[in-house]
Amino acid sequence: MKRRTLLSLVPLAALALMTGCKPDEPKPTDGGTAGTKPTVEAPKAGGDGKKLKIVFIPKNVGNPYFDGINKGMEEVCKAEGVEYSMTGPAQAEATNQIQYIKDEVQRGANVICIAANSVDALNGTLDEIRGKGVKVVTVDADLTGNESHRDLGIFATDFSKFGGGLVEQMGKEINYTGEVAILSATSDAPNQNFWIKQMKEAWKDPKYAKMPLVDLVYGDDKPEKSATEMEGLLTKHPNLKAVIAPTTVGVSAAAKVAQQRGVYPGGANAKNGGVTVFGLGIPSQMKSFIKDGVTPEIMLWSPVDMGTVAAHVCIGLAKGEFKAEKGAKIKVGTMGEREVEDLNKVVVGPPVIFTKDNVDKYNF
Amino acid sequence: MKRLRPFIPELVAVGLLVLAFVISAVREPKFLDIAYLFDRSTLYTETALLAIALTLVIVAGHIDLSCTSILALVGAVVITLHHKGLPFGLCAALAPVLGGLLGAFNGYLIGKRKLPSLVVTLATMALFRGGAQILLGDHGEKVPESFQHFEKLTVIPKTYFQAPLALTLVFAVAAGLLLHKTVFGRQVYAVGTNAEAARYSGVPVPSVLMRLFMLSGVVAGIASLTLLSRLGVARFDHARGQELDAITAVVLGGTSIFGGRGTVIGSLAALLLIGVVQTGMGVAGIKVESQVTVIGILLLVAVLLANLTSRRRR
Repeated sequence: MKRRTLLSLVPLAALALMTGCKPDEPKPTDGGTAGTKPTVEAPKAGGDGKKLKIVFIPKNVGNPYFDGINKGMEEVCKAEGVEYSMTGPAQAEATNQIQYIKDEVQRGANVICIAANSVDALNGTLDEIRGKGVKVVTVDADLTGNESHRDLGIFATDFSKFGGGLVEQMGKEINYTGEVAILSATSDAPNQNFWIKQMKEAWKDPKYAKMPLVDLVYGDDKPEKSATEMEGLLTKHPNLKAVIAPTTVGVSAAAKVAQQRGVYPGGANAKNGGVTVFGLGIPSQMKSFIKDGVTPEIMLWSPVDMGTVAAHVCIGLAKGEFKAEKGAKIKVGTMGEREVEDLNKVVVGPPVIFTKDNVDKYNF
Repeated sequence: MKRLRPFIPELVAVGLLVLAFVISAVREPKFLDIAYLFDRSTLYTETALLAIALTLVIVAGHIDLSCTSILALVGAVVITLHHKGLPFGLCAALAPVLGGLLGAFNGYLIGKRKLPSLVVTLATMALFRGGAQILLGDHGEKVPESFQHFEKLTVIPKTYFQAPLALTLVFAVAAGLLLHKTVFGRQVYAVGTNAEAARYSGVPVPSVLMRLFMLSGVVAGIASLTLLSRLGVARFDHARGQELDAITAVVLGGTSIFGGRGTVIGSLAALLLIGVVQTGMGVAGIKVESQVTVIGILLLVAVLLANLTSRRRR
């Protein structure tokens, strides 16, 4: 009997935990306690007396890339006196973001800034909240083909030539000769597939004839799966010269495998020049690989800059400082001004190329 | 009190549900918004339908991991047939049939070939999902506008009593009657308690299992339609991973994972509990890490309690 009584306390403890969990931002404290004279309402920022509230929903939480965007947004929102928070699902499944969108709107969000997990599964939910007057801005991952379901889309860089640029960057490094493979994220990630399509298109150029694309594998943006796929590539294609991984998770996993196996140029087990890794990488994660020569150079835009631009866009949009239409000019603080392009796209800037000479200068 | 003792796991779920609701409401006033709560509940439509069917499967001592993949494949076939020129209504009517056929495939391997359901449905989970991806690739296919957003329909005008909730209740009552009031239901419990003993007492075990997995498939086919309607798009990755949510609800609701014990109402109460915990914490601005932690603890508690109250199995 005693054991049973004890056990029945456990669910209570579980729910106590639920009660005890700290919400994301501090709640406004009560004006005063008994006996003290009533305090005056604290002055609020913003013109209409109500504080503007912006929420960033990443594809999934615990992802350093989105933490970078978060950092940029947080800084701007703090400086501008705007309430800001980031929340999102644990897994980047197509429909996992819906509940967070609904909950945050219920919590009073004025702008939902989202890195969409799906180009179409969110349409209904986004239409619904826009009907309630909430602004929707996509960042990093847009609703390609369904742009009418959001107000603006923020793009890290001009992606119309991005895939081709990656192929050229790699081709130059390997003298346009040798077998090449692509290590992607998930087989249904819109941006990945868009870039792969661009790469395949660029590959038709005769100057790439001696560097055939021999394989395309998917690491699902999971480090272990990506590493296994990289191992598989090395086994299946003994003459492999280079791997392109247009994903930060994939590129670091691939570089790690190449480093551990010693197959990179200059490594202990390198055959005919070794295997080099290219793609999109976070400088802090890739520093040692760049210095060892596993990856001669890595490309990325700054997620922090993306966050900075996103925050200014969200704030300006909510305050009605500009109209969400082509040609509108948006002031983005210290980063100057951006113009809204076709399909209401806003571009942050050109990508940064990290080499062993400049990688130490970046701290994200 | 004595009469209630066999239902302690269900009562635990209901008690926790009430407690979670009160805590959520006290913590965050924005939680107690009827329109929001009803709208939020529509997100659990498919999980609820799948959990109802899974309750019967798990009571029989089996598992169906492939139900969400059946959902995705049926959706993919429906939209593909529609693109081939069939009217959408006809394709939609085929959904439960297709689901039933896929379920029958599971049922044949598990019932007649006596293969373990965990392995069979683990395999068909991948197989059916793969089939959906072959049909649709990585892009979504739009569902006709007229078929979209059934979740906005109200069953009783000017109330929040929406179609998904009505559908769930109809299924719950039907499944409850099937499990608790029919010969077939008794056979399900018998198979789950001891399949060998059931066989010797004349229960047609293979046929019971066949029918159970077909039922799970039919329900998954119908859930496929509700998801198509809610999201307005067919995708190969629909409901991926939600089989685990449904199983969590069933087990949290007091159904023994070894079979032989469980009720539909318990699964529903547990799913409501999960929904209230997620909604309450979501609207209070609590991050996902803490949400899953609480659900994990609740599940452990439920299993511990069930273990303590029924000493039939070690």
